[in-house]
Amino acid sequence: MGRYLVNRLLTTLVVLLGVSIITFSLIRLIPGDPIQVMLGPEVTGNRADEIRALYGLNRPWPVQYFEWLTKAFQGNLGSSLRSGLPVSDSIMEKLPVTIELTFFSIVIGLIIGLPLSIVAARNRGKFIDGFLSSVALLGISMPGFWLATLLVLLFSLYWRIFPPIGYVPFFEDPIENLRNMVLPSISLGLAFGATVMRFTRSSLLEVFSQDYVRTARAKGLSGRSVINRHALKNAMIPIMTVTGIQVGRLLGGAVIIEQIFALPGLGRYTFDAISTRDYPVMQGTVLVFTLVFILVNLLVDVLYGVVDPRIKLTTERVGQQKATV
Amino acid sequence: MSTQTSESPKVNSQLTALSPRRPSQSYWSRMGRKAVRNPQGIIGFIIVLLFALMAIFGPMLAPYSPTSMKMTKRLAAPGGDFLLGTDDFGRDILSRLLHGAGASFQVGLFSVLIALIFGTLLGLLAGYRGSWIDTIIVSAMDILFAFPAVLLAIAIMAMLGPNLNNVILAIGIVNLPVFARLTRGSVMSVKGLLYIEAARSTGVPDLIIVFRHVLPNILAPLIVQGSLTIAAAILTEASLSYLGLGNPPPAPSWGNMLSSGYGFMQTSPWPAIFPGLAIMLAVLGFNLMGDGLRDTLDPTLRA
Repeated sequence: MGRYLVNRLLTTLVVLLGVSIITFSLIRLIPGDPIQVMLGPEVTGNRADEIRALYGLNRPWPVQYFEWLTKAFQGNLGSSLRSGLPVSDSIMEKLPVTIELTFFSIVIGLIIGLPLSIVAARNRGKFIDGFLSSVALLGISMPGFWLATLLVLLFSLYWRIFPPIGYVPFFEDPIENLRNMVLPSISLGLAFGATVMRFTRSSLLEVFSQDYVRTARAKGLSGRSVINRHALKNAMIPIMTVTGIQVGRLLGGAVIIEQIFALPGLGRYTFDAISTRDYPVMQGTVLVFTLVFILVNLLVDVLYGVVDPRIKLTTERVGQQKATV
Repeated sequence: MSTQTSESPKVNSQLTALSPRRPSQSYWSRMGRKAVRNPQGIIGFIIVLLFALMAIFGPMLAPYSPTSMKMTKRLAAPGGDFLLGTDDFGRDILSRLLHGAGASFQVGLFSVLIALIFGTLLGLLAGYRGSWIDTIIVSAMDILFAFPAVLLAIAIMAMLGPNLNNVILAIGIVNLPVFARLTRGSVMSVKGLLYIEAARSTGVPDLIIVFRHVLPNILAPLIVQGSLTIAAAILTEASLSYLGLGNPPPAPSWGNMLSSGYGFMQTSPWPAIFPGLAIMLAVLGFNLMGDGLRDTLDPTLRA
């Protein structure tokens, strides 16, 4: 376990290093000079060069990268070219919004997906199974931003139950915060719930055909306790894998959902930074996004061992064969 | 002529040795017969076919020009002259949908073709060769995979600039790891089988082993994944054009139509509703087809 974790953390470090190099190069290849964007077209020539030098943007890329890297290791991600604020401070301020959004989306997805998958799996081949599976397929085919549009149309504009946009920090006004989070979380979480439903259904069907489930049934356990105590537990591994992988999709989706609902989260911050060519912000936020994604999947790997003690963690990743989709 | 066994090597091996036939042909025709009995897949295939026809012939069928503005007919309700209504510039929504289908379909198809071809090549190389090549390719794919897909696509689009070819390239790159990983995994499971060893021991060159003997046997999951990834790619394209990073206006794209309709949804929701419906149907078609293909081609799902 200890050796495994060390190994995984080292791999994580390598991946993050790769991510930061790719991000760094991508950002510098994006056309448009951030200083010119910042200063406007009036300021040119020497004055612009001076400011460029002030931000260290006139030096060769490798030098800039290594300087950024050494600072990043000390937790300093530089300052925004637009606002002058430290990037790490802004990230700390905005990350909770995105984490809250992603968390609620996962919760909503699981609340919708798990019970429906059980209903479908228990009624395999019957009408209800076909119906639920079709609905789930519709769910994964629906663009999140379109669902957001429909939800806003119904719940904000016609019925006026939830606000269409806006955000209040949780600790300022918890009720208002939750009211603001409902529509974005559903928009983001429904497709996830549909994915969970599909995977759990097939995973449950696989478990149902196992001998130990037949034994449990044969010794007279009720359907409910067979599912809760035996089947669901053993179907957990693929569900966890899917959740881990889907976090990447949720984080990407957050970029758009935060845009629609004007949530001051990391996704919106990143998108704005890309539009304004704010190099340090882009570099920092992309790194945090990937870090969160990698850490969640590391957590999933560690949890495999907790859920199923038969799984011994080795350097080879478990459950990866179901990683796609 | 290739003599690979497709399904049950134990039973077939003697037979094929005695009478060299072409099992791959009978395999695919058997799969064809099986596919016909899969209603879900058929529905998906029909939707995809209609979508393809719409992409090719849509511009000819469109009743109006997608960019002609009739300021007197702004936000006209569906029905009458304009079957699906008009948008805020008085442009016919149906015509814009028909013209936008091409971009959506092209991005879905070609981006996944790019990802499929290069991802499969990388996966074959990594899985068959192993050693340090494998390590490098796997780490590279891990790094690509660590980016949230939409975010990476946004960054690549910001770098390349908004036009259709760049959208195809960006989404292709984003989906590369999906196929590389899948191929690598399948190659590793096939690599140790007897028929590969037999081919190798008789001195068949690696390149021929890989393309003649390995690839045909791992094709099924790749086809399934291809169909499902096209669905995801269409969604990503819609997201990009929703954010203004897709095919640039005035060219109509479904995502971009939806986002410009968002503003006056309260009074006239149709400019925001119909493009979303079109996106969903297109994506649903490929998802259904992918599911159908999986049911047909995946031997482990035979129930």
